Amino acid sequence: MKEQIEQISKNAKEEIANVKDVKELSDLKVKYLGKKGELTAVLRGMGALTPEERPIIGSLVNVVRDELEKLIEEKEEQYKAEELTKKLEEEKIDITLPGTKIKTGSKHPVNRIIEEIEDLFVSMGYDVVDGPELETDEYCFERLNLPKGHPARDMQDSFYVSPEYLLRTQTSAVQARVMMANEEKTPIRVICPGKTYRRDDDATHSHQFGQVEGLVIDKNISLADLKGTLEIFVKKMLGENSKLRFRPSYFPFTEPSYEVDVSCFKCGGKGCNLCKQTGWIEVLGSGMVHPNVLKMNGYDPEKYTGFAFGTGLDRLAMFKYGITDIRYLYTNDVRFLKQFDRKD
Amino acid sequence: MKLSTNFVKDYVDIDDGDIEKIADDMTRVGNEYDSCGKLINATNLVIGEVKECEMHPDSDHLHVCKVDVGNEILQIVCGAPNVRKGLKVIVALVGAELPGDFKIKKGNIRGQESNGMLCSIAELGLENKFLTDADRDGIHELPQDAPVGGDPLKFMEMDDGVIDFELTANRGDLLSILGMAYELGAIYDKPVKEIETSHKEDGEDINKSFKLEINTENCELFLAKRVENVSIKESPAFIKNRLIASGIRPINNVVDISNYVMLETGQPLHYYDADTLKGKIEVRMAKEGEKLTTLDNIERTLSEDDIVISDGTKAIGLAGVMGGLDTEIEETTKNIIIESAIFNPVKIRQTSKKILRSEASSRFEKGLDPVRTYMAIERSCNLLEKYADAKVVTGLAKYDTTSKEDKEISITYEDINNLLGLEVPEKEVLEVFRKLGFKYKEEGKTIKVYVPTRRLDISIKEDLIEEVGRIYGVDNIEGKLPILPVRPGSYNKVPREIRNKMILLGLNETLSYILVNDKEASKFTLDEFEMVRLLDPMTEERNTLRYSMIPSLLKIYEYNKAHNVKDVSIFEIGKGFYKKNGEYGEDSKLCVLMSGEYYLGVDNRKQVDFYIIKGIAEELLNYLGYENRYSFVAGNIPQEFHPGQTAQIVVNGKQVGIVGRVHPTVSKEPVYVMEINLDLLLEIKTGKMKYKEISKFPSIKKDLAVIAEKNLASEEIAKIIKKAAGNLLKSTDVFDVYTGENVEKGKKSIAYSLEFEAQDRTLTDDEINDILNKIIQAIEKQGMEIRK
Repeated sequence: MKEQIEQISKNAKEEIANVKDVKELSDLKVKYLGKKGELTAVLRGMGALTPEERPIIGSLVNVVRDELEKLIEEKEEQYKAEELTKKLEEEKIDITLPGTKIKTGSKHPVNRIIEEIEDLFVSMGYDVVDGPELETDEYCFERLNLPKGHPARDMQDSFYVSPEYLLRTQTSAVQARVMMANEEKTPIRVICPGKTYRRDDDATHSHQFGQVEGLVIDKNISLADLKGTLEIFVKKMLGENSKLRFRPSYFPFTEPSYEVDVSCFKCGGKGCNLCKQTGWIEVLGSGMVHPNVLKMNGYDPEKYTGFAFGTGLDRLAMFKYGITDIRYLYTNDVRFLKQFDRKD
Repeated sequence: MKLSTNFVKDYVDIDDGDIEKIADDMTRVGNEYDSCGKLINATNLVIGEVKECEMHPDSDHLHVCKVDVGNEILQIVCGAPNVRKGLKVIVALVGAELPGDFKIKKGNIRGQESNGMLCSIAELGLENKFLTDADRDGIHELPQDAPVGGDPLKFMEMDDGVIDFELTANRGDLLSILGMAYELGAIYDKPVKEIETSHKEDGEDINKSFKLEINTENCELFLAKRVENVSIKESPAFIKNRLIASGIRPINNVVDISNYVMLETGQPLHYYDADTLKGKIEVRMAKEGEKLTTLDNIERTLSEDDIVISDGTKAIGLAGVMGGLDTEIEETTKNIIIESAIFNPVKIRQTSKKILRSEASSRFEKGLDPVRTYMAIERSCNLLEKYADAKVVTGLAKYDTTSKEDKEISITYEDINNLLGLEVPEKEVLEVFRKLGFKYKEEGKTIKVYVPTRRLDISIKEDLIEEVGRIYGVDNIEGKLPILPVRPGSYNKVPREIRNKMILLGLNETLSYILVNDKEASKFTLDEFEMVRLLDPMTEERNTLRYSMIPSLLKIYEYNKAHNVKDVSIFEIGKGFYKKNGEYGEDSKLCVLMSGEYYLGVDNRKQVDFYIIKGIAEELLNYLGYENRYSFVAGNIPQEFHPGQTAQIVVNGKQVGIVGRVHPTVSKEPVYVMEINLDLLLEIKTGKMKYKEISKFPSIKKDLAVIAEKNLASEEIAKIIKKAAGNLLKSTDVFDVYTGENVEKGKKSIAYSLEFEAQDRTLTDDEINDILNKIIQAIEKQGMEIRK
């Protein structure tokens, strides 16, 4: 019987080694280890053995069974691995094909600029305020030291809708509103971004354009404070290497008044077509709040001083993103808009 | 203001070798310029004499000339008809550069060598309006005393520099050579020379035969003088050239002198032909509808706001703006009444805006210095005597209410340093005032400054501080940040949050014009309001303020469509304007427009339809915290919308917007729009965002298809389902709407996916079936059936 078992083991091992596919392997498993398999048959014939022989033969059968089971299992694992490799091979794709388009929208460049300015000034403790676009003559002009008939009103020919109402020509209109609304006449720190309108229709001007206005009123505010504030503003918007030049100018609502030039960010001040060979680009209007403006809006000019500044948002957007024509900002070609969907 | 450097050098000693430096120095003190350069931009010019002049052998109009240029004789071929032997000419030598990038090279013209060019004035680059007929027809003929080999520009007094300033509105004083001289004097620390006004006077005093009557408060100073026997002829070269450099066309000596004096002093003058007057000048306001034919031969109808000069019977001139035709100086004029006056700047500005902006009106409207008014009339007599052989009649007719005192302003060093944030040495402060030509007195720490009348722009101490800043320079101010209490800044976050949400939903933000045509301004709304129109629009295309933003966004859509961009998904937050009950108002609005294909997440491109834009509206409203509080209501739709594909957006029972398809008669392509009045919406308060506990027990999904009348709103079915199901029903989604085979005609099948969930247990089949049965019963009770 022992010989018979060994013969089975030998045959089985040979057959397992020569097996050709999963089917043959599964047949072999049945042939040797199944309920009607050869080894099982041997166990069934153990009744004829002596009690002494039984445990010896029994354990021999178990050893062979374990051996064969292990061999078959190994073979099975090998087939599974081969099958998986084949499947993976079949699933191979062209990873150089483009990814699926997943598109979010985009923010208009002028609003990007507004948000950047808002974030900067809010971080310095300023409030962002807004006022009406359909403004009164009183707030747009009179309260800013621009009485009717003032020649400076020419600089900003206006869209009136009635003798008293007009589309605001400047965000400065919000200045007077903020000062008047602040009943305790405590210090003020605000910026006001928004849309403004002038009767201008040449190639470089749009009748509608964006402006941002800044106003600080407190005791002991000086031109040096204005300069320091604008240095931070300009460097943040147009680059850390920007240099500023204060050029005396005239605005009815400030005295003294300054235009602020920034060293040309294209050529670095050497002179190019953007700065018309001057090395400087006019970017801001600014000055110390005119005593008449303080007085008219309830602040005592003997106690308080302040500074104000304003700049064009469209121009800032054009500078920052290299936009060559102001009209692109307002025609809203979707191919133009879609470009503004990445971080700065 | 075009500044002739030759002209200003009469009054202040400056070096104009480097004109750009002057222009830059002026810029630094606040006077910007547009351009600067030489009056004549040509090099290598020399005075020559034509020694020989022969016809060119191969041409019927060219001449071959031998020209003496001082150190040599050059052969030059010339085509001008007036070239001839003995003529003194302007020669552009080989190597010369003429305006228009024109370089003179050695040449050969039809076989004849030519070593240069004989020039006309036009070729030297003078503007067309300054050219005479002779200048256009041929080369310039220099007088016989022109020195051969010399510089022709210098000889003609055309070696001038011109800086074209763009002055600020407050510096009317700089619209004069004298004003410029003071400004340059302050920069370079040079004194300003006196103007020459001396002349002889003779005969009976003007006041004996001439009467002045001022009948309006809008004339504060009026001076008149009489000169006789003028001879009208061409002006001397220096007057002509300085006028040209200043942009004014020379006419004749008399007219030129009035312009010359205006340029010098800033005071416009007017000359009347004395023989056309009746011995009287009256200044008054015009009568409404009064007629006057002005110098340009146009009959003007005047209003009560126009100041006129009258001869006592009728208007003969529009004060400060334009003279009348009847009293104009002509070639035959002999006797002149000179007017030098100051009128109300505001009135002049209004009138000139209607009629004509001129060199004169631009000076009147910025205000004038009464000292100059006197100076100008005397200077005018001085020049008329010298260059027009005028006899000046004794005396001055005058009406004068002005003060000619210097303005006294007190200021302290502390005032200056506090406002500038800079320590200007006391000595430097006084130096600034001295350089500006202001007298001052020191009284302890206070300085009393006496500002001359020419500086109309200075009236308060801040103006003086500006002067110190200007002349001393603010470049050395060290910028610092204001010392202010630390506090958080604030801004209105909501518009930004909405904007970011819309961008995440794949929409591109636009920036549109608020001005539209009045026909568009009342569209896309049923609201009652009055349109807001511009009083004076630039174009009819943009004559009204929009109420709805939809027309603005439709314009953008049209633009893109015209440029072959068909997939347009855009939004904007902006204002809409109206007048209601006599009050103007404006509302913040959000507008969305979608057309073409929309990219919806991964690999899900879809043609935009109503449900996509409605989905965007819902996602936004949910995001803003209005979940379960809004509904989309049919009916009451403006006619510009598709009546069957449009809904009002109602939040908390209040209509806040509209969403739907644009009517096919408005846009042929399917275009969907949505507009929400943000002011109305955001008034509706929302609770804070709060985390909801996630159930630890699984939810169970069941599908249910309902067959209902085709026109029944699906929302009604959802309401029935929700009511019947109770609070274990977690969500109700529609996943299919079907009509056709197997569904009775006139009906539709709507398939719902219902999700059930409890917070405290796993729901059993029995529980679910129980609920489903309740739902089915409720639906069947309403006459609908369940699709099996």
